[in-house]
Amino acid sequence: MKEFAYSRATGAEAAARAANEPNAKFIAGGTNLLDLMKLQIETPAHLVDINRIGLDKIEDTAEGGLRIGALVRNSDLAADTRVRTRYEVLSRALLSGASAQLRNKATTGGNLLQRTRCYYFYDTTKPCNKRTPGTGCAALEGFNRVHAILGVSDHCIASHPSDMAVAMRVLDAEIETINPTGETRHFALAELHRLPGDSPHIETTLAQGEMITAVVLPPPPPGTQIYRKVRDRASYAFALVSVAVIIDIAHDSIKSARFSFGGLAPKPWRDEAAEAALTDAPATDKTADGFSDAILENAKGRGGNDFKIPLTRRTLRAVLAQAAGA
Amino acid sequence: MGYSITVNGKLERLDLDPRTSLLDALREHLSLTGSKKGCDHGQCGACTVLVNGSRINSCLTLAVMHDGDDVNTIEGFADDDQMTAMQAAFVEHDGFQCGYCTPGQICSAVGMLSEAEAGMPSHVTANLNGDVSLSDEEIRERMSGNLCRCAAYPNIVAAIAEAAGRVP
Repeated sequence: MKEFAYSRATGAEAAARAANEPNAKFIAGGTNLLDLMKLQIETPAHLVDINRIGLDKIEDTAEGGLRIGALVRNSDLAADTRVRTRYEVLSRALLSGASAQLRNKATTGGNLLQRTRCYYFYDTTKPCNKRTPGTGCAALEGFNRVHAILGVSDHCIASHPSDMAVAMRVLDAEIETINPTGETRHFALAELHRLPGDSPHIETTLAQGEMITAVVLPPPPPGTQIYRKVRDRASYAFALVSVAVIIDIAHDSIKSARFSFGGLAPKPWRDEAAEAALTDAPATDKTADGFSDAILENAKGRGGNDFKIPLTRRTLRAVLAQAAGA
Repeated sequence: MGYSITVNGKLERLDLDPRTSLLDALREHLSLTGSKKGCDHGQCGACTVLVNGSRINSCLTLAVMHDGDDVNTIEGFADDDQMTAMQAAFVEHDGFQCGYCTPGQICSAVGMLSEAEAGMPSHVTANLNGDVSLSDEEIRERMSGNLCRCAAYPNIVAAIAEAAGRVP
């Protein structure tokens, strides 16, 4: 691990100010950052420890939603009674991710900002445009079984590994941030992550020193909530394909439906126009297949990950059937 | 930057390179070598310790981040030669072969029982708002962050079930 200066922040604005220098990083749970620092993939000059600045509460909002502090641990969020009863899709997504030890450490903000698990991003002997811009992408012609099929470019096909973010995306979560001058910003989670284009090393729309302070969930929409994760092991594995669903079905007909996907793209993937077309459709395999056609229209496999296209189709049939039977 | 961590009930003053993981602080500086360095990347669970009662991977956290925290390692479990119920259950059920993962397994299992007692659900809990009952399936899922290269899993599950008070 490269040397770094360590400082402990006492408040959110002070933390943002301390991190307002090139190559400074916030550290919260540290489960991803320290892993990457040991491999010298991340080499911050300054680590700002934000574990003692508060922001570890889950509060009710006036609108009937929840405001989740950026430092709420994944395990505490999954177990919160309000989340379990009203945002089951979020509890389920969190519980399907990582291990209990990691969930006890990992935070809400850190989970959103975790880096890809692309093998070539982790292998410093291989080219990677995300790790070292301009060196190329070894995954394009390499082992790319876990890689993305949507939103990718010829520069990067890495997928975003979070389960939590997929559920938050289907819940229309909003992000709150603070910057080094103390200004706060609110925006949709959909706008947090960038697609790779020709600059895959720039992953979010956050500025240097800008810190996520909270994730705000609006009241949950009506309907059954499901999180279905397909992976190589029954536990403790990243998603090959995952889908967070909130679907309201009455008399075998879809009143409203939302789908967010993990494992398929560099960010939680959602297509609201395709969702809108499901209104009044019957909850059948044919409807699921039509929706798959729309979602996967621009999907591009690179060999090893071609199977994700039919796997997504089958997963959508399965969750629609599950929702219809619920 | 000097800091203090209470380890197994004893206050320890430390002033180490900030790069020192909690695991290295325990093993290399406090000579508590029970917690093992398996992968050093949070994938195997051999380094699991309890911090303020919560189980974590001590390899993926910096010691300096734990100023004022209360850490429990396998060395702090037994009272002289008197094993805790969890340790005794691992012996009784042969919950190991080589033993390398065992300190992490036992710390993890103790943390897991507190989580279950607090009603925290898992991925396999059918009703998120119901009671937690530690079936074998629940134990396996909740212990999935602890790998055993000897694959002593059936006996580890049996040991934990007994320590959890489940009638065999």
